[in-house]
Amino acid sequence: MTEHASARPAHEPGTHVMSPGILVATAASLMVLTAITVTSSRIDLGPWNVVVALAIACTKATIVALFFMHLKYENRFLMVILIAAALFAALFVSFVVFDTVQYQPEIRAADQAVRKGS
Amino acid sequence: MSHLAQTGTAGAPEDRFLAHHFPDMTAQSQTSKLGIWLFLGSEVLFFSGLFVAYGVYRANHYALFHYAHHFLDWRMGALNTVVLVGSSLSAAWSVRCAQLGDRRGLRITLLLTLLLAGMFLVVKYFEYSHKLHNGIAWGAACHPSEEILSTLPASVRALPVPKDLGTFFSIYYLMTGLHGIHVLVGMGLYVWLIRRATRGDFGPGYFVPVDSVALYWHLVDMIWIFLFPLLYLI
Repeated sequence: MTEHASARPAHEPGTHVMSPGILVATAASLMVLTAITVTSSRIDLGPWNVVVALAIACTKATIVALFFMHLKYENRFLMVILIAAALFAALFVSFVVFDTVQYQPEIRAADQAVRKGS
Repeated sequence: MSHLAQTGTAGAPEDRFLAHHFPDMTAQSQTSKLGIWLFLGSEVLFFSGLFVAYGVYRANHYALFHYAHHFLDWRMGALNTVVLVGSSLSAAWSVRCAQLGDRRGLRITLLLTLLLAGMFLVVKYFEYSHKLHNGIAWGAACHPSEEILSTLPASVRALPVPKDLGTFFSIYYLMTGLHGIHVLVGMGLYVWLIRRATRGDFGPGYFVPVDSVALYWHLVDMIWIFLFPLLYLI
């Protein structure tokens, strides 16, 4: 993996050349995880289907970030940017969903009261 | 054609790409890298708005979402997942070729990435046109034809068509549409890279554009990784 980098001193400093083995293994693991996510969705796990699908998707996204996007070999600050963005996206989605689920019974009750009244 | 010959022996050949406000190529490439990652972070937040819409509607209308996903062909989605993983592999390989100065390999992998991106959109085109011909549009315009209803599994066909079916497809078209626009932009960027690679711009000393576009391309792949199971599978 590193023999290429050392063979070519003209590289920009901090460059990491990904080896063919790692690139192919990354793609292969993404294919396998795709097959697993398709198979798991055909088993009825109730509310756990979403959890399983999202867990596999997060694993795939991590593999893409670490190897295809070579974050594993980069300055840690770049990883902080991606993790912070993903964390805030997750907070955004989960807080809004918690909120809407919590108020839904009241909204439905109010809706029915209005319908009865009219 | 050969810019390398024109620049002669004065300084490294890649110095002609050094912008005047950077002291050297290292400062320029490190700044580009930070810039592209900040952009990718903003892209994640950009898409998160649509994921919120998906989450809110799914949480409140689970039965509708479960019904509607039967209209999506998971085989088409899975095919496009494989196509995108292939294009990501090719994009990552193009960075490697540029870093090692393999110009022929670089042109081949860039072209392959472009072709696979085009293939993704062709599959998407068949999906969209099949749906739109059968009345599956967004919002209030969603009136599925008898023909497409007859293709649903028997247990699903027995159910009445929900009156808010179009809500799911509004979200479907918005999410896959915004993703599709990103694929289209990526194809434009790959055409640009192929032109520059053919001209011989890239090599071990200068490959930031190849790397930056590949990073963008991987993010587009990453978003599809979430869209595929959420829309097609569950």
